[in-house]
Amino acid sequence: MSHDLTRRQLLERAAAGGSILTVPGLLAACGGTSKKAASGTTSHTLAKTLHFSNWTLYIDTNNKKHTHPSLQQFQQKYGTTVQYTEDINDNASYFGKIQGPLSRGQSIDRDIVVLTDNDRYLALMIKKGWAEKLDKSAIPNMKNLLDVQRHPGFDPNRDYSLPWQSGMTGIAFNDKLTGPVLSIDELFTNPKLKGKITCLNSMGDALTLVMLANGDDPTKVTDKSFNAALSRIKKAVDSKQIRQFTGNDYAPPLAKGDLAAAMSWSGDIAQIGNKHIHWNVPKDGGALWTDNMLIPKGGNIYTASVFMNYVYDPKVAAEIEGGNPKTGDTGVYYICPVQGAREQLLSTQPSIAKNTLIFPTKKMLDSVHIFDSNALNNQKYLTAWQNLISG
Amino acid sequence: LGYFHRHRQLTPYLLLAPGILWLSLFFVVPLGFLGYQSLQSGNFDIGYSFSWAWGNYWTALRDYHGQFIRSLEYAGIATLLALVLSFPVAYWIAFRGGRWKNLLLLFIVAPFFVTYLLRTLAWETILSDHGFVVRTLQQLHLLGAGGRLLATATAVVMGITYNFLPFMALPLYVSLEQIDQRLLEAAQDLYASRWKAFVRVTLPLSLPGIVAGTLLTFIPAAGDFINAQLLGAPQNHMIGNVIQSKFLELTDYPAAASMSFILMAAILVAVAAYARAVGTEQLTGTAI
Repeated sequence: MSHDLTRRQLLERAAAGGSILTVPGLLAACGGTSKKAASGTTSHTLAKTLHFSNWTLYIDTNNKKHTHPSLQQFQQKYGTTVQYTEDINDNASYFGKIQGPLSRGQSIDRDIVVLTDNDRYLALMIKKGWAEKLDKSAIPNMKNLLDVQRHPGFDPNRDYSLPWQSGMTGIAFNDKLTGPVLSIDELFTNPKLKGKITCLNSMGDALTLVMLANGDDPTKVTDKSFNAALSRIKKAVDSKQIRQFTGNDYAPPLAKGDLAAAMSWSGDIAQIGNKHIHWNVPKDGGALWTDNMLIPKGGNIYTASVFMNYVYDPKVAAEIEGGNPKTGDTGVYYICPVQGAREQLLSTQPSIAKNTLIFPTKKMLDSVHIFDSNALNNQKYLTAWQNLISG
Repeated sequence: LGYFHRHRQLTPYLLLAPGILWLSLFFVVPLGFLGYQSLQSGNFDIGYSFSWAWGNYWTALRDYHGQFIRSLEYAGIATLLALVLSFPVAYWIAFRGGRWKNLLLLFIVAPFFVTYLLRTLAWETILSDHGFVVRTLQQLHLLGAGGRLLATATAVVMGITYNFLPFMALPLYVSLEQIDQRLLEAAQDLYASRWKAFVRVTLPLSLPGIVAGTLLTFIPAAGDFINAQLLGAPQNHMIGNVIQSKFLELTDYPAAASMSFILMAAILVAVAAYARAVGTEQLTGTAI
């Protein structure tokens, strides 16, 4: 395991901690601190400070100085200091933390938060009216958004959200322990892998892969396709083929050899950098997920929009993605949603520009699918899924 | 100050006030809120409203009694193991520790300077399929060739036992340490064998420590979910895992709240039965 933590790292463990963090949320529900959310400020003056909540290690970082060069440059250019907080460890517990104040119409003191589209909470924020509309007049760089990202189901016109980074879900295997594992069929039924594989605990990721293997369409889930996928996974649990359901805590045991193969996220494998561990899109197809920036109710719309415009400048996007080896800045290594960033990196850091886990080929992008956002908020599906993964 | 002299009977209440205030603010009020929430119906989209929905409790018991029983079972086994493991250690430190007592106690507490999560993750490495423990057990044929410990009930119980061991060892030590050695000499003077002296004198006198230790271990262990999540397979998940997923993943707060209450009630019943069996004076007379 590399010393760099991934953005999903400690997901499981953090979820554990997160449940504790939500207790104050419960308490706050009884208390009376009422800080009314000013309904979105529309003035076109920049705020002194932008409050940006993101996942752990998900931006360019200078590890010696503990700074984020792209944010410092934003401050130099616009005079707005970015107060950057890495307080999102998983969607569920972060949502658990902010839903209390938001449901009471209180501000959460954040201008931008980042939530994932294959978990239910992003769509829920928009549906509940807890997200502000973007000031698109301040985001001309939105034209650089990748085509595949322009019309997602949960926000068809990108009125509320903009991608921060994406990743793919596929299968990783350790070549010291097994031959190539290239399909769900192999992963779930090869007797040599019994008890040596894990399945992701995120419903959107796992079901996308299994539905594709079943020949069903994960972008439009039906009861039939849902039940078929669920019973296929259940069979693999009951036969003890599946050892555990994990967040990205599959990575250390995979590197150690306790796991031979795992349903896995591309970015984790790119960051592990272990030559025995290979990641691939399954032969029936994989999943594409995206973390999206969102302005929570009460956030400063104009300042947040100007910032989004800034990070959609290909030069800035390239810096966030690849860091800067000359000054010792590390980057993100997930999939960049900004067109033109790859071209920037081709001259400065060709190895990153050519890494298909960071800039996937068209063929790879054609074989990955975005899970049905309606199914993510179907309580019946969610309950069935949670019952499956929590025994 | 004259006021306090005149109202001396108020002093105990004033001394209790901070504790009572703390408990009511951070325990009683949230508990009331949790109870209120456990009787709500609705869903996250339309919102939850209070409706005396006792059905939440029945649903929880009907669908998850397996996990409830498993939690009490794992916690019970872990508590027994912790008792068996820590009694000799506490005994030895109390009676033979001499001037090294404090250092030895520090050794028991030392792992707890590391966070709970990391300690549990360390067990992932200790029990790893290719690690020393599993290899040794395989060589001794205690574990089949393809056998493993991780993602089994054994690993979960081991993790819980380890994580709560000091809660057992420290109260045991305190009660053993307070035993007047002359009583043991007296017992032997009266022709009791060493074993008999232990059974008739040491053990009964250490009972307050045993009671305190088992309660301190059992109660948090029954609600634990981290060990099951990291060291167990889906088949080993405990009720804490279900509550966590109901609360965080499903935002089904009434279900989560009613399960928390059932767990609390189950623990209360278990503790009451235990207290009856060993005698309440042992509870009130605990060494800590």
